[in-house]
Amino acid sequence: MDAILNFISENIVMIYILVLAIFLGMEVISKVPTVLHTPLMSGANAVSGVVIIGAIWLIRNAEPDNYFVLVIGFFGIAMATINVIGGFAVTNRMLEMFKKKKKN
Amino acid sequence: MKDPTLDFLYLIAIVLFVVGLKGLSHPESARRGNLLAAAGMILGIIITLFYPFGNTPNNYAWIASGAVVGGVIGYLAAIKVKMTKMPEMVSIFNGFGGACTMLIAITEFKTLPPGTEFMSGQVLTIIFSLFIGSVAFSGSFVAYGKLDGFLRDSIKLPVPQLFNGILLLGIIVLSGYIMSMDELNYTYVLILLLLSILYGITFVLPIGGGDMPVVISLLNSFTGLGAAGAGLIYGNQVMIVGGILVGASGTFLTVLMCEAMNRSLINVIIGGLGATTLSSDSDREKVYREATHGDTAILLKYSQKVMIVPGYGLAVAQAQHACQDLESMLEKEGVQVFYGIHPVAGRMPGHMNVLLAEADVPYEKLLEMDDSNSELPTTDVVLVIGANDVVNPAAKEDEGSPIYGMPIIDVEMAKNVIIMKRSMRTGYAGIDNPLFYGEKSKMLFGDAKDSLNKLKAEITNA
Repeated sequence: MDAILNFISENIVMIYILVLAIFLGMEVISKVPTVLHTPLMSGANAVSGVVIIGAIWLIRNAEPDNYFVLVIGFFGIAMATINVIGGFAVTNRMLEMFKKKKKN
Repeated sequence: MKDPTLDFLYLIAIVLFVVGLKGLSHPESARRGNLLAAAGMILGIIITLFYPFGNTPNNYAWIASGAVVGGVIGYLAAIKVKMTKMPEMVSIFNGFGGACTMLIAITEFKTLPPGTEFMSGQVLTIIFSLFIGSVAFSGSFVAYGKLDGFLRDSIKLPVPQLFNGILLLGIIVLSGYIMSMDELNYTYVLILLLLSILYGITFVLPIGGGDMPVVISLLNSFTGLGAAGAGLIYGNQVMIVGGILVGASGTFLTVLMCEAMNRSLINVIIGGLGATTLSSDSDREKVYREATHGDTAILLKYSQKVMIVPGYGLAVAQAQHACQDLESMLEKEGVQVFYGIHPVAGRMPGHMNVLLAEADVPYEKLLEMDDSNSELPTTDVVLVIGANDVVNPAAKEDEGSPIYGMPIIDVEMAKNVIIMKRSMRTGYAGIDNPLFYGEKSKMLFGDAKDSLNKLKAEITNA
């Protein structure tokens, strides 16, 4: 139990950030028109690929002969990159269609 | 080691995420919002690539090769995917994000320095990331299978709620056991991994295919939470804020989607719809009348006002372009044409708008549900193309119906209703539709695209 309390006190700033971010997340997307639900879901999905930062961190700190970590990290980066690049590209493609029409 | 400049740049990445998501929720700024969020991501990645951790091996070759492989696959998938397959695409992307979180957590267990205290917040965070990442991973792929149709709703567990409850309890107990160990036994971590993956499967499996968009949105917020958990492991603010933003906004969006269907999230998760009972009794006689293409063409041509109510059937048949052609032909004949768009038409809220936008249907012609309903009493013909549940009057008349209470486009207010459908089969919710047997209704059977092309030919000849 002490260990958990220590963890909380050591990471108190992170925990503050975390809790405040919950409220921020809910505020930031209030009143979304239905038209944008699909692109928003897809865009948010791309942002969740931020876990790629963790995978980079993991590989950068791995010993060059620790193939377990390197191979898993490789797959982690590949998959997170699919999530990030694919997610933003597909969202952009969807939104471009709305834009094209406004000119008419 | 800390680098104040880079830490400050991390803050900018976070601000870009927030501004980006904010932009994505308004039509005028949506595209810019997406690009800003992407810029934030690129910034975050670059900082992490060069952050001075001290004397680390870096292994840049491994990072670069992973990024190239993933980047090429992701980009090609994104530009090749058909707009109708968008929900499937999002669920696969999300599954990969979850998988990355899962892999990071597995590795973190392996690389804990000897003598680590297991009853600690750090280990708890890793377990949390492992669980939530695995659920997002396997759940997303099950959701994909259901959308794609190779996993049928008929595949059911005997008592899903009880099974999932026991499984979840097992996962909690095992996590507690791992934390109480003095020395890490990796076998237990692998068992935890397998149970978590299994939970993702059995969590999504009982939920009806029609509710998959809601599930994907929920799993998307799980991926966000997983990323935030991983961020807590590394003490990385971008991951924490980015992950929580997605977690919170994803949950909020999930609730909005449920509201559009007049259901509660709990109701969706417990699997209220699925392939439950075929409709309860309706007092209408189950006799339907069939229309021919010729009759329909003439009816349309000599109408004042026509409303098209599209559904997923239109998308499946790739008929959005044929539909737009028909619309412009009718307009040339002096007929006023509108589209009545139900909030959950298609497979995801807003999906139908994207599909029609792709076919160059002008924005002004797309009426939201309430506007559609106020136009309907003065509408001569409603053309229901591949939609079913969103025009089902059982939603307002039949209290026993699983979709009772869902707002619908009340097409029976119009003078004539033509329902274009492949067969008399039920819609995604698996319930009968009394509309088909209504006095004003006529069925026009066939593939939506074929039928629309035939109608076009008949209108030219008529």
